Amino acid sequence: MNTLFGEKKEGATKIVLTRVDEYPEAPISLGTTLSNFTGDWRTFIPVVDDDKCVKCYICWKFCPEPAIYIREDGYVGIDYDYCKGCGICANECPTKAITMEKEEK
Amino acid sequence: MEYKPIRKVVSGNYAAAYAVKHARVEVVAAYPITPQTSIIEKIAEFLANGEIEGLEYVPVESEHSAMAACIGASATGARAFTATSAQGLALMHEMLHWAAGARLPIVMVDVNRAMAPPWSVWDDQTDSLAQRDTGWLQFYAENNQEVYDGVLMAFKIAETVNLPAMVVESAFILSHTYDVVEMIPQELVDEFLPPRKPLYTLTDFDNPVAVGALGGPNDYYEFRYKIAKAMEDAKKVIHEVGKEFGERFGRDYSQMIELYRTDDADFVFMGMGSLMGTVKQAVDVLRDEGYKVGAAKVRWFRPFPKEELYELAKSVEGIAVLDRNFSFGQEGILFNEAKGALYNTNAKPLMKNYIVGLGGRDFTVSDVRKIAENMKAIIEKGELDVEVDWYHLKR
Repeated sequence: MNTLFGEKKEGATKIVLTRVDEYPEAPISLGTTLSNFTGDWRTFIPVVDDDKCVKCYICWKFCPEPAIYIREDGYVGIDYDYCKGCGICANECPTKAITMEKEEK
Repeated sequence: MEYKPIRKVVSGNYAAAYAVKHARVEVVAAYPITPQTSIIEKIAEFLANGEIEGLEYVPVESEHSAMAACIGASATGARAFTATSAQGLALMHEMLHWAAGARLPIVMVDVNRAMAPPWSVWDDQTDSLAQRDTGWLQFYAENNQEVYDGVLMAFKIAETVNLPAMVVESAFILSHTYDVVEMIPQELVDEFLPPRKPLYTLTDFDNPVAVGALGGPNDYYEFRYKIAKAMEDAKKVIHEVGKEFGERFGRDYSQMIELYRTDDADFVFMGMGSLMGTVKQAVDVLRDEGYKVGAAKVRWFRPFPKEELYELAKSVEGIAVLDRNFSFGQEGILFNEAKGALYNTNAKPLMKNYIVGLGGRDFTVSDVRKIAENMKAIIEKGELDVEVDWYHLKR
């Protein structure tokens, strides 16, 4: 089973700049997405119910980030470090296994 | 190696093309537009004849794409160049912000041409001055020699402060008029202008970066400040590079405002570009006739030479600002900038704005004399007749 998007990041730390001198000369990315967690913008998070999931992977194909990965057991997992909470997966899921819930922060 | 200039009779556009060749530019992306066309034609000819090596020439379908290609090239660390005029420059506008914001030292020659309508291909500075807030350095050339020298210096200055630079020359008056230009032997140009050392490159795979990354309200502000600071720092770099150029090749560009016979002048003519050649000639004539006048040629419009202007303004009673450009709803752009720069100082010369030569209208020595007579009269009276004078208007 393809677990291409299931690899976890190591040593990832968020970069926060507090003084102008710390900024790079040009507006280039401050590191890669390994340290830039794009998932912290969202309001809603998708939650997967494994009992309803039929492993069709339509959500995996549609995720624009892509923040959905296929777990060892064949079900789908969601990488909340990068999921922006767009809800496309929940909308596309034919069995309504994914629901969008307000995130507690 | 001893400096022996190579003298060639070339147009302003060919002077620019030779400078591009001598600067060992790696990428040229351009779209032809009158009167710029012969710059890129000449570069293409160099390439076709094998006279230029290591150059990638990108024919594009518009000026917007030309600048986009230069931005991509420059982000990989290459030395990139383009050229344009008027409507083409306006089409590039969005991309000009990207170049400056990403701190890419692209050099462009803009051949000053009037904006349409009415359709015009003649000289007018409004096209380049309309780009003053994009974060580009702007150098205004008086003659073909300054086009050549300007391009070489622009690369060095731009690559030091990491901002793009525009070298501006007049449509036809310079672009298509032939004059003697002293060119510098390749080895000496190489010494003056070593290969570019980029801040970062897209091709450094060990240190990957994304250029033009998102900057939220928490970060955008700091990047603007950094551009503002780089512009201020550019003044010192311009001085140093201009001085070095003078020491190596005999033509000193250390001053951002070139002063001509201003030492004991009662009033001076201030302006930019090719019309200042006419003004200098007129100053000589007027001096013989007893007028105590001088000329102040603004070489660099961005960054704006506030400090040098202040030094000048302290010593004169009047400044006649000659603008071959106009900002509708206000006044000539150089006049506006110069007046604004002096507002919080104690130098308060009488300043009058003469709108001259728009759309390529002739501006001659006798015009300067008429302006001198007018300036003399208002200085004696101590007050302006009108602040903005549409000098050529058919009344």
